[in-house]
Amino acid sequence: MKKNLNQNLWIAFFTIPGLLIVISFIVIPLFMSMFNSMYSWESINRDQWIGFGNFIKIFTQYPYKDRFFNAIGNNVEWFVTTMLVQNLIGLLFGYLLYKRIHGFEIFQRIFFIPVLFSIVAVGFLWSLYLNPNMGIVNKLLTDMGLENLTKAWLGDEALATPSIIAVNMWRWIGFPTLVFYAGFNAVPEKVVEAAYLDGVGEWKLFWKVMFPLIIPSVTIITVLTLIGSLNVFEQVYTMAGLEGGPFYSTDTLGTLFYRTAFGGVDSGLPEIGIGSAISVVIYLLTFGISAVSIIGLGKKEVAL
Amino acid sequence: MIGDLRLKNSSTLGKVFIIVFEIMLITYAILILYPLANMIISSMKTTREIFKDPYSLPKALNFKNYAEVWGTGGFGGYFFNSIILTTTSMMGVILFGSMASFGIARYKYKLSIPIYLIFLSGIMLPLKAAIIPLFLIIKELNLMDTRLALILVFSAMSLPSTVFILTGFMKTIPGDFEDAARIDGCNDLTIYKNIIMPLSAPSIALVTIYNAVPIWNDFFFPLVFLQSDKLKPLPLGMSIFFGQYQISWDLLFAALSIAIIPLLILYMFLSKFFIRGMTAGAIK
Repeated sequence: MKKNLNQNLWIAFFTIPGLLIVISFIVIPLFMSMFNSMYSWESINRDQWIGFGNFIKIFTQYPYKDRFFNAIGNNVEWFVTTMLVQNLIGLLFGYLLYKRIHGFEIFQRIFFIPVLFSIVAVGFLWSLYLNPNMGIVNKLLTDMGLENLTKAWLGDEALATPSIIAVNMWRWIGFPTLVFYAGFNAVPEKVVEAAYLDGVGEWKLFWKVMFPLIIPSVTIITVLTLIGSLNVFEQVYTMAGLEGGPFYSTDTLGTLFYRTAFGGVDSGLPEIGIGSAISVVIYLLTFGISAVSIIGLGKKEVAL
Repeated sequence: MIGDLRLKNSSTLGKVFIIVFEIMLITYAILILYPLANMIISSMKTTREIFKDPYSLPKALNFKNYAEVWGTGGFGGYFFNSIILTTTSMMGVILFGSMASFGIARYKYKLSIPIYLIFLSGIMLPLKAAIIPLFLIIKELNLMDTRLALILVFSAMSLPSTVFILTGFMKTIPGDFEDAARIDGCNDLTIYKNIIMPLSAPSIALVTIYNAVPIWNDFFFPLVFLQSDKLKPLPLGMSIFFGQYQISWDLLFAALSIAIIPLLILYMFLSKFFIRGMTAGAIK
């Protein structure tokens, strides 16, 4: 009995400090967000219970509805583009590194460089390069005789979001590349040898043998891309500003949420109730879609 | 190794593919290296030179811009703040995270799984989305505009992945050492400190990189919690600087270089370590 009590005291001693931090700053805020989203607010003071009123507002009422669906549309664009371009390139590059293509060790090291940089530094660096008049991108295009390709990259409503996504991909391609590279390396060599002995072609080897075996890496990259796409903030803040300009064309849930929480949608006043409702939507989307992709891709997982 | 992509033993079609792939890889490598080289080169020119002739090398090695950014631009202070914030947060993360992992991994009791799950709850939930309640809590605790506010939030942000990685590792350490130590009369704290922690050193190194880089780079939480210029870390300082010196591109490039070059140098020496650390959460 005494031994047990003693052990419990030790367990408490070891786990309680960490638990206190995680409970106070992760678990409680999560429930507070849900709770707060059910109230109307006067500045930072809770007013009265309005049930799903804030959610109804963001889904149906001007200007909330327009801003909300516009932002979420951009988040979807982030996710789809990143999956299709960045992660497919990462998959190809990861495979090429695994196949020990010439220079693979150097490529591996170079590709990971921008992954270390802060989004803020990358965003500001590229906002200089993409400057329509003085930036080196348009300058290079002009000097190569491609003057008609010069664009107001961040100033054009149709181009701004794709440009910011491209900058983000520039920073991050190395990450999926190296995760997939590690995934391919974990495939037992026997499997590959057996496939070659059976005379399987390269294309079939990749899609029918290798790809199914790295589904766990695919799942992780998909979930991380999803979380990243729902949390886009600094990228837009540094390259397009908090308003998601021009004309909200680059606005995302992150920037919209920040404005609602601290500066107001169009009105300039903080709207805690609306902000909390948006954060609950972000939580639900993150959780729901992550769960779906983990389960969906989990079914495709192949055990050796 | 079998199946390696080598020009020598490929068919003609294979050769074409290899060359196309090689070009793609080289293109991306150039796309990474050239903008960085251009940034450093531009940081030593004048704004006029940058606009007039963006490709040229600087006339001389000129560190005047760096001195100005470091001093009047306040980057010396921002840099110092980033170091203080990252090291103190990481000390808390490693201490509390390793203790919690020890408490979860090295004892058998019913509550160990619920406790583990509380820590894991933070892995998938984006902490940014909780900024409103966090703001209200920090305000209630009278911690607005203090380093402690950020240290607490950064610790909360990093503890879930730390506990996840360290618990996984500590479970694999065999119990023999621990049993022997107990027979010698060591108590649990000594076992944690003198046996489990030294054995966990490699995964602690990974966890440190995994969490220190995002904390060093974080912009969002300092933006919300700090008002005084003298407390601000690099990314936030950078955004203030960009607001103030919009037209002095020479200074802007110098500021970016100050933020980026130290990481580049560290990475040159420790690239394997950084790669393993940053991908630690995604690779088993």
